[in-house]
Amino acid sequence: MDEQRSHVISALVLNKPGVLQRVAGLFTRRGFNIDNITVGTSEQENMARMTIISRGDEKVLEQIIKQLNKLIDVVKVRDLTPENTVKRELCLIKIHATSEKKRSEVIQYANIFRGRIIDVSPETLTVEITGAPDKIEALIDLLRIFGIKQIARTGPTAISRGTLD
Amino acid sequence: MKGSEAIIKSLKDQGVDIVFGYPGGVLLPLYDVLYDSDLKHILVRHEQCAAHAADGYARASGKVGVCIGTSGPGATNLVTGIATAHMDSSPILAIAGQVGTALIGRDAFQEVDTLGLTMPITKHNFQAMQADEIPGMIKSAFYIASTGRQGPVAIDLPKDVQEQEFEYKADFQIDLPGYKPTRKGHPGQIKKASNLILKSKKPVILAGGGVILSESSYELLELSKLIKAPVTTTLMGKGSFPEDDPLSLGMLGMHGRKVANLVVDECDCLIVIGCRFSDRTTGKVDEFAPNAKIIHIDVDPAEIGKNVDIDIPIVGDAKIVLTSLIKTIGKLKEGNPGSTKEWADYISDFKINCIPRISFDDVPLKPQQVIKEIRDSIDYDAIVTTDVGQNQMWMAHYFTSKIPRTFLSSGGLGTMGFGFPAAMGAKVALPENDVVAVCGDGGFLMVCQDLATIREYDIPVVVCVLNNRYLGMVAQWQKLFYDERMSHTHLGEVPDFVKLAEAFGVRGERVEKPGEMKETLQSALKSGEPTLIDVIIDPDEILPMVPPGCGITEIVGEYKVEREVPGEIPYRTPHKEKEWE
Repeated sequence: MDEQRSHVISALVLNKPGVLQRVAGLFTRRGFNIDNITVGTSEQENMARMTIISRGDEKVLEQIIKQLNKLIDVVKVRDLTPENTVKRELCLIKIHATSEKKRSEVIQYANIFRGRIIDVSPETLTVEITGAPDKIEALIDLLRIFGIKQIARTGPTAISRGTLD
Repeated sequence: MKGSEAIIKSLKDQGVDIVFGYPGGVLLPLYDVLYDSDLKHILVRHEQCAAHAADGYARASGKVGVCIGTSGPGATNLVTGIATAHMDSSPILAIAGQVGTALIGRDAFQEVDTLGLTMPITKHNFQAMQADEIPGMIKSAFYIASTGRQGPVAIDLPKDVQEQEFEYKADFQIDLPGYKPTRKGHPGQIKKASNLILKSKKPVILAGGGVILSESSYELLELSKLIKAPVTTTLMGKGSFPEDDPLSLGMLGMHGRKVANLVVDECDCLIVIGCRFSDRTTGKVDEFAPNAKIIHIDVDPAEIGKNVDIDIPIVGDAKIVLTSLIKTIGKLKEGNPGSTKEWADYISDFKINCIPRISFDDVPLKPQQVIKEIRDSIDYDAIVTTDVGQNQMWMAHYFTSKIPRTFLSSGGLGTMGFGFPAAMGAKVALPENDVVAVCGDGGFLMVCQDLATIREYDIPVVVCVLNNRYLGMVAQWQKLFYDERMSHTHLGEVPDFVKLAEAFGVRGERVEKPGEMKETLQSALKSGEPTLIDVIIDPDEILPMVPPGCGITEIVGEYKVEREVPGEIPYRTPHKEKEWE
């Protein structure tokens, strides 16, 4: 048995109703797992790009790609290898912070992680951070001591480096 | 033009002259147009039969079969037939009515999520939200269903879309950027495969349903003769190779011929064409063809390596790939006659000693004898359909097929109730050919209401009900693997099938003794009338089989052979202790 590894699969799909259901249904039916999926519009009109993070050995990865390719609404599928891929995630963290001291500490941590404060209320601060998932995890861990009210993460999206397809 | 008119026009533009359907509330606009149309409509008595009939039509003719059902229960009744077609890559178009677009999602009367339900059991499905989408949608549906790896396509058709007016343009484009089936095989792979084949001493060909779908039986025969390789088939591949040919081994797998199972175990090169390595074909995957390098030719790249590891994959249409393979081997072979003659001789000796016995004079009748008499009564171009279970496996095992598209059976999904409506569809597609359905008493009862259809439309199929008052295959497993605890497999009081047929105005006959089957079937076919033959068979007859999860050499049950030659059969002891003993 090959090693179980996390794979990033990028799929260019027709931007039509039901496409997400087709892809998600395929994963469920064939027993593939989805750790994460992001979908958004792409550089091409009427097309969306899905970034799917899945785990499995090489055989499973091969099947995932082949089965995705069989879907009529899926135009192109790529396995993005870690060496040749940049992967980013956006995360919004709402923190309970009333005292001046707490607030300034949160702002400092956010700055270190190149995050921004995007919303302030008398009781809360909301931090926006973008980066690789492990960087986001690190900031979340740091902010826990202040009392996190809510976290909203997009999950990673990815693109190949340089001129690679 | 109205949406409903566009449907009929588009179907006719695709060459459709007949559809199988059942109307309903949301289909009123479509059926109103059908009323004046010269498109022939066969009113089945259950939507499942519409789907199976369209499937039988497609399998027999190679053309796309069309079935229609209403929303909600109409669509769910179509589902079994669509899933059956999907598992066996049969090209059908299923059109289901849907509640009006304004009502979708409101749990309206007879609303069901047809798009969601049919997504995993179709090659692709569509929902028409505007009438002007219909012409392109139907053209795309036919293109998708009938190219690449064929399969069913479903269209969900809301009522208001059928009524909507639009301006029909003849020059519409279909745009499927994500659908480009591979047709030609990679030349490098073909060369590699050719070299491997020529190097091998014990090659075997395994032909699947893909050979029939790609119409490459002639190429298969040519390849087999060229390299002197015996040919075994899957259930779906039955008919792709003449089973009376010296190189034919018959069907492989769980209920396969002994010679096929043992020869595949021994071969050093297995050439697999248009086959998806079903568990019923391979048995325990780890022990499948343990000594062989495997070449896999398939139009669907996802089948390569899905169940069995492949040494040389070739993605492409079987006909095109086989043609280049034959050419390449032919060139490489010049001045090198190859060394498979010894293998071919060995196979023919082996085969002679493994021919299953089919003549029995017992009463109640042995199914083998019934099948022998069916074979003796019909031409090779007659189409036989089977239901699912013992009747199917007996037919697959004992019935000799020679011509593609003459043996129709639900392989992948194993749908009881398939045989009779599929025969109806096949007869409609090819009215000149004799069509015989071989069913069990269990499966036939699931669809018997469609006797009304064959009477109404005078579709002269002959239905042979092999009547043993058991759900035979499950009963067989209970006998073999569950200590003969016959839980709910005895059907007890089965109906009088002769009277049942007569109640529908269909001829009913009963057969109980050797010789009667041939006589009755021949007179039924001669009568040109739809006929049901109730065949009383021995409920204790068991077909030798490979227990689930075992290697295909581990056959249980007594394998009765035509010629007993003790000690001369080169049958090796199975490599494993049999757990089931």
